Amino acid sequence: MRKASALNLAALGIGIAFLYLPIVILVIYSFNASHLVAVWGGWSTRWYAELAGDAPLLQAAFISLRIALLSAGVATVLGTLAAVALVRFGRFRGRLLFAAMIYAPLVMPEVITGLSMLLLFVAVSIDRGFWTVVIAHTTMAMCFVTVIVQSRLVDFDMSLEEAAMDLGASPLKTFVAITLPLILPAIAASFMLAFALSLDDLVIASFTTGPGATTLPIRIYSEVRLGVNPEMNAVCSIMIAVVGIAVIAASLLTKLGAARGAQARL
Amino acid sequence: MPTAGLNRGFAKRGFAPWADRTLQPLLRLEALSKRFGAFTAVDQLSLDIYQGEFFALLGPSGCGKTTLLRLIAGFEQAGAGRILLDGIDLEPVPPHRRPVNMMFQSYALFPHLNVEANVAFGLKQEGLAKAEIAERVADMLALVRLQNFGRRKPQELSGGQRQRVALARSLIKRPRVLLLDEPMAALDKKLRGETQFELMALQRRLGLTFIIVTHDQSEAMTVADRIAVMDRGRLMQVAPPAEIYEQPNSRWVADFVGEINLFEGRVGDDGTSVEGTALGRLRVAAKIDAESGATVWVAVRPEKMRITASEPPRGEAGGTGPENCAAATVIDIGYLGDLSIYKLCTDAGVSVKAALANTGRFTEAAVGCDDKVWASFPPDAAIVLTR
Amino acid sequence: MTNRQRQRSFMAQFVVRIPYAWLVAFFLVPFLIVLKISLSQTAIAQPPYTPVFDLAAGWHGLRNFFADLSFDNYALLGSDPLYVLSYVKSVEIAAFSTLLLLVIGYPIAYAITRMPRRAQAVLVLLVVLPFWTSFLIRIYAWMNILQHDGPLNQLLLGLGIVREPPAWLATDTAVYIGMVYSYLPFMVLPLYATLEKLDEQLLEAAADLGCPRWKTFWLVTLPLSAPGVLAGALLCFIPIVGEFVIPDLLGGSRTSMIGQTVWTEFFANKDWPTAAAVAVVLVCLLVTPIIVFQHQAMRGTEHG
Repeated sequence: MRKASALNLAALGIGIAFLYLPIVILVIYSFNASHLVAVWGGWSTRWYAELAGDAPLLQAAFISLRIALLSAGVATVLGTLAAVALVRFGRFRGRLLFAAMIYAPLVMPEVITGLSMLLLFVAVSIDRGFWTVVIAHTTMAMCFVTVIVQSRLVDFDMSLEEAAMDLGASPLKTFVAITLPLILPAIAASFMLAFALSLDDLVIASFTTGPGATTLPIRIYSEVRLGVNPEMNAVCSIMIAVVGIAVIAASLLTKLGAARGAQARL
Repeated sequence: MPTAGLNRGFAKRGFAPWADRTLQPLLRLEALSKRFGAFTAVDQLSLDIYQGEFFALLGPSGCGKTTLLRLIAGFEQAGAGRILLDGIDLEPVPPHRRPVNMMFQSYALFPHLNVEANVAFGLKQEGLAKAEIAERVADMLALVRLQNFGRRKPQELSGGQRQRVALARSLIKRPRVLLLDEPMAALDKKLRGETQFELMALQRRLGLTFIIVTHDQSEAMTVADRIAVMDRGRLMQVAPPAEIYEQPNSRWVADFVGEINLFEGRVGDDGTSVEGTALGRLRVAAKIDAESGATVWVAVRPEKMRITASEPPRGEAGGTGPENCAAATVIDIGYLGDLSIYKLCTDAGVSVKAALANTGRFTEAAVGCDDKVWASFPPDAAIVLTR
Repeated sequence: MTNRQRQRSFMAQFVVRIPYAWLVAFFLVPFLIVLKISLSQTAIAQPPYTPVFDLAAGWHGLRNFFADLSFDNYALLGSDPLYVLSYVKSVEIAAFSTLLLLVIGYPIAYAITRMPRRAQAVLVLLVVLPFWTSFLIRIYAWMNILQHDGPLNQLLLGLGIVREPPAWLATDTAVYIGMVYSYLPFMVLPLYATLEKLDEQLLEAAADLGCPRWKTFWLVTLPLSAPGVLAGALLCFIPIVGEFVIPDLLGGSRTSMIGQTVWTEFFANKDWPTAAAVAVVLVCLLVTPIIVFQHQAMRGTEHG
């Protein structure tokens, strides 16, 4: 009975076009020889060449990558612990506050979280820079990790853990040998999400950064608020390509793994 | 089904350790209680299970049989009472250290490991040498006839094959007690029958003690040496299948296991009759263990009822008239292939069930719907229940 | 407590306390600090506010500290129309954006559920993929398009729909476009998740009882998708209220949204206490929807 009507297909078509058109236009204009949007100067890669020579920009990109890797890593660990606590530990003291602190940052406007963390760092006299951004991003990302891992844990078949214990594996061994491998896709997905969130963040990074720790979004923003800039088009196109390839590859891999399992199911 | 209880099948001749006063039980449950909030799942339950038994926990949903199993395995902690295995209190022992293994209803096979790795899991926890593990796994797979399936993943197996992997996995550690939680619930009828006999053969061959939880009476009757019938956290009766069926200790057990006709009355003065029942005065073979005038119930299994076209002759012990009988009309007939269930209504308006084997093929049914017949039973077919 | 229970709670503490401590340190405490600073005055000093909490000052210092705190900043917020207008505008834009997102997102989510199963995963991926590419980039992409001589105006001029190229940037319309574009995945995903779990058999039962398709949608599908609608709406509304980047890059300068106000007070005016006060009032404004969201979300965390 799952038949899509013409209306459905139209909605889908328009929706997807709406989502992708701006990106496509952006990429096209990154190859525009002319630096004026109104004028099409022919295909050219000059902006990409300029990009390669833009040292501050490249450095900002490098810093962003390092921050993203670090904060995603720590956030994944913390978020997984939090998810385990929320799902498996029943009603412990302070659970309500804990859960509130997990879900609030998901929706809290970034200016508030950014501002509050900056004020914290100032109050305890921590110099702002690379590490404060890492801490801020970790805090923000950990909540997303928790939500994703928790939803996987809730669906997890507890009898698998009981069977492992019944066969002689200690609770810790059970978690490592049985639970962890099975929730690994969720953990990996949340790592990627944390990575993307960090790489992309402007507001929180602006509040919590310091000298020498300019991130890529901050640099892009400072260029972009002055107006459209073809070199920025090139940067963005590259970022889109990289992320696009990574996400598609990741989802193909997960689909492949799932398909293999489902196919073999009798 | 009525005939199952009499099918001894693989029943071990002369095996009755529970009757031997000098034997220590392998597993002893002492006044075990478990509550979930306001709900009492297990209520001060005491039970002895002996080495080599195939023991069944039988009861309706929610009677606490699975909870009891999980208490023994260690996944639940008792609120009161003790569990002793070989005389040792299991309470401080966590589930991964108990010499008890469980076969889960859903099999709980690890989806990310293949069959060999699943079966070997328990042995790996014991830290045995790789070579020894491989050998024992191969032996166990051969025992459950899955030799060529070692490399497959659980998702690639059929329901019956998965069940055998689960069995192999829990047996390979040679546990003192193997717990089986409704192991055949997911199998179709034919496979279930075959698996029951396989389980019994396996149990006898390995000399292990099995405790099986089931809500299927015929399954319990087929496989078990003794059955514990449970209701609402309590034991109703613990006895071998034949005894449960032919000598139930209460109306509840009589009604739960198989079908039963119950006639309420008062013990007569001579001690072998019950008066004032819906069928009049009834005579039983043995002396009734109750006071004269006490309220009792006469219980008769449907297959022991007789249906005759005319009034049956008077009883052997002499008496003033035909006994243990009543005139009735056939209301309904349920044809089950091997036998037919007749639903009768006596002239006095009492409902009676009788079951007769269909011994002839395609013969014109002797008894048909709306026929006027006589229902009767011999005195020795009746059980008198005092509760 | 038995040995086993003691064992378990030791591990439990370990697992709970680490993330707990982190969140208290980096989420809860900062909030309290924001509160405190909202009650302080600006100062030309480092840090740029007074009073400064100094444990070393002792009890006397503490009393002075509390004496110096005041609600002046809040009074300013209430009296100066700039701030009030900013709050109102933010809520207005957020509410309308959320409505737009619902109207646009629901058909998309619904359409995905009507497609064959295998296509659904691909479609969801397609909807989510833009989200993975930088947020900033996507807004910038719209800046490209909405420029005075950008592709949109070129298209409209070319088709003869308009004679003069209209100004898109620095208008509320541009802000709405940006909001809908950025938050669409946040609306579509929860909607899709709820609609996808809808039992086909319910719809079949309705049809069996004589309900035409549109009526089934109205009477069965829509009410049952309410949790998804609520989740999506909250997931969009709350952050949109405090949005900064979209109104900053696409919007006009007449009235700022509250996120911009905080930013301006902080970075441009260097007035931390006022910025803090603005933030506190914003949180108070959002407290009710946040609690509703948390309540919804927490319902899913209880195991078994």
